[in-house]
Amino acid sequence: MSLTATTPARPRTRKTAATLLAVALCMSLAACGGAGKKAPAGSGTDANGAKKLVFGFSQVGSESGWRAANTKSIQDAAKAAGFELKFSDAQQKQENQIAAIRTFIQQKVDVIGFSPVVVTGWDTVLKEAKAAGIPVILTDRAIDTQDKTLYKTFIGSDFVKEGTAAGQWLVDAEKSGTGTVNIAELEGTTGSAPAIDRKKGFEDLVLKDPRFKLVADQTGDFTRAKGKEVMTAFLKAHKDINILFAHNDDMAMGAIQAIEEAGLKPGKDIRIVSIDGVKDAFQAMVDGKIEVVVECNPLIGPQVMDLVRKLKDKAEVPARVESKEGVFTKDKAAAELPNRQY
Amino acid sequence: MPPTVARLAGHRLFWPLALLAALLVTNVAYTPDFFSIQIRDGHLFGSLVDILRLGSPLLLVALGMTLVIAIGGIDLSVGAVVAISGAVACLNISDLADQQSVGGVVVAVLLALGVCVALGVWNGVLVAGIGMQPIIATLILMVAGRGVAQMITSGRIVTVNSEPYHLIGGGYELGLPLSVVIAAAVLVLTGLVVRRTALGLLLESVGGNREASRLVGIRARGLTIAVYAFCALCAAGAGLMVSSNVAAADGNNAGLWIELDAILAVVIGGTSLTGGRFHLGGTAIGALVIQTLSTTVYTVGVPPESTLVFKALVVMAVCLLQSPAFRAKVLSRKLPRRSDTGVGAPAAGTATSTGSSRSSTPASAAQSPKEATTL
Repeated sequence: MSLTATTPARPRTRKTAATLLAVALCMSLAACGGAGKKAPAGSGTDANGAKKLVFGFSQVGSESGWRAANTKSIQDAAKAAGFELKFSDAQQKQENQIAAIRTFIQQKVDVIGFSPVVVTGWDTVLKEAKAAGIPVILTDRAIDTQDKTLYKTFIGSDFVKEGTAAGQWLVDAEKSGTGTVNIAELEGTTGSAPAIDRKKGFEDLVLKDPRFKLVADQTGDFTRAKGKEVMTAFLKAHKDINILFAHNDDMAMGAIQAIEEAGLKPGKDIRIVSIDGVKDAFQAMVDGKIEVVVECNPLIGPQVMDLVRKLKDKAEVPARVESKEGVFTKDKAAAELPNRQY
Repeated sequence: MPPTVARLAGHRLFWPLALLAALLVTNVAYTPDFFSIQIRDGHLFGSLVDILRLGSPLLLVALGMTLVIAIGGIDLSVGAVVAISGAVACLNISDLADQQSVGGVVVAVLLALGVCVALGVWNGVLVAGIGMQPIIATLILMVAGRGVAQMITSGRIVTVNSEPYHLIGGGYELGLPLSVVIAAAVLVLTGLVVRRTALGLLLESVGGNREASRLVGIRARGLTIAVYAFCALCAAGAGLMVSSNVAAADGNNAGLWIELDAILAVVIGGTSLTGGRFHLGGTAIGALVIQTLSTTVYTVGVPPESTLVFKALVVMAVCLLQSPAFRAKVLSRKLPRRSDTGVGAPAAGTATSTGSSRSSTPASAAQSPKEATTL
């Protein structure tokens, strides 16, 4: 302490400087967040002077290419439909989403849409929306609530069905086979809805048949790097893998590299089934490295706008709308590749 | 216990090495040819090679972290720097007209390293210039850096198809993975520079007491900034390896939580988190233990939902075993009358975060369990 006492002024100035800097940083961060939340200032009328339909949409964030494609689809579809879109990015935080929904209510938008970050905790804010008479659409992810009247409809993928579709392809492909089929599975992030549901859909169908054996199963966190690392170890520990089921394309792409580095041929020695349908995976199918990709479609913008229009017109909408998704096998890949937007 | 064994067991690297050996042997039970190394396509091929290759990025990050911790700091931003480095390099390479051109790749790599050194200097200036707590100063870049990496890649995964770039993380030199060669070279060079010159002593002095070091004429501020810059440079190298290995830059996930693995590697290696002393060799062992642990999880087939708990238990075991106070308490109960020779081992009882290294004699603690508890 005596050391600092000899220079009493410096520590204090330092502390002040540090505090100022921290405050400045916080403010600039807050400013960035605020800028993202601000709704685009639209005129509110279309070319004919009629009042435009206003759609407030709160996105989860921008964590992946899939999500970026999802955002773009919604923005483009709103433009094409002639709606005024008030878009807000929640940056993976529930409080941001709740704040955005409250703002939409104050702005008296016609319809509110959001892709919930988490499944619970929405009742209060959705009751406010209901009281204001604004219909709500959930996209991509569901919520967990006792009161099903809080939202009008939920549009998005059914992850269990995606897993089942992947399993169905495998069962069909092995219909005439007799020997044991050894399967390795690369799971998504442990505990995430897509990982749990895709695993369930796939395994419930496939493992009914004792010919199919799950020899290796580990999480690859939905990433290329982890997918590659885990597959590298799988290949050393299990010499007899016939099929790889990856919960998303990124892990499949990493696994392909691991398989090739081990001197094996993906598509021949090990056949790969994947989910998502990104451009790279279609290219890999064209190259013969992936057998089949079950699509998980982010391009739900047009379907969402359709529902928005119906809700505005007070028309009836189904409580659950499934997004349009396909199963693409190797032979269809070349034709589809140019249409891939993400 | 014979004296030689006791001396071995007292060495600070004994327990991490024992654990490493145990993990490797466990693997053999599940994969009989685990230790076999073949030559395939003109290079070494096998599980041990994989462990070294996949562990290289962590080793590199942990090396930088060791020096930062040695001067009494900590760097939480290395994971973000890993992401930024890969993003800058991949984006520049993907913009090249010819991705196979060596010159273009070298420029991209140098640019990535340069950007990251600048980030390291930023960290150093916040800590040494402005006097912020290291954990807060580097937290800023940890949070903001991942955003920067995503801004660079526009939230996409940037893929490259460049042979020269792929060499860094996936290529081989003289039959050895190039990433292992790079990591080993940096380890040896750093070891030589800090231990064959006075630099290591100066770093430990700054870590022990910054103000006292300054008063005896050590330029603590400059050293601190340089060490943070070096740490960021190491992280940048790791970022290049990670992105080069999968030929893609993922701003969102590359290097996620690697800062925690790196700190863990440093701790397992026997460096005290309070600063003032460090062991580069121990850090290398620590990094290998962590990578071997991951590989073991995959080979043994630990269910994904229990993976983290399994890892935590192993790490807890090694940290406890390494603590002289804990060993004295538990082991001496089993062997109630340890001979004097065992106690006389020059236990460099540095070990873990208990900071017991500072307390003078772990050896005396071994004599009596009661004393151990009062330590």
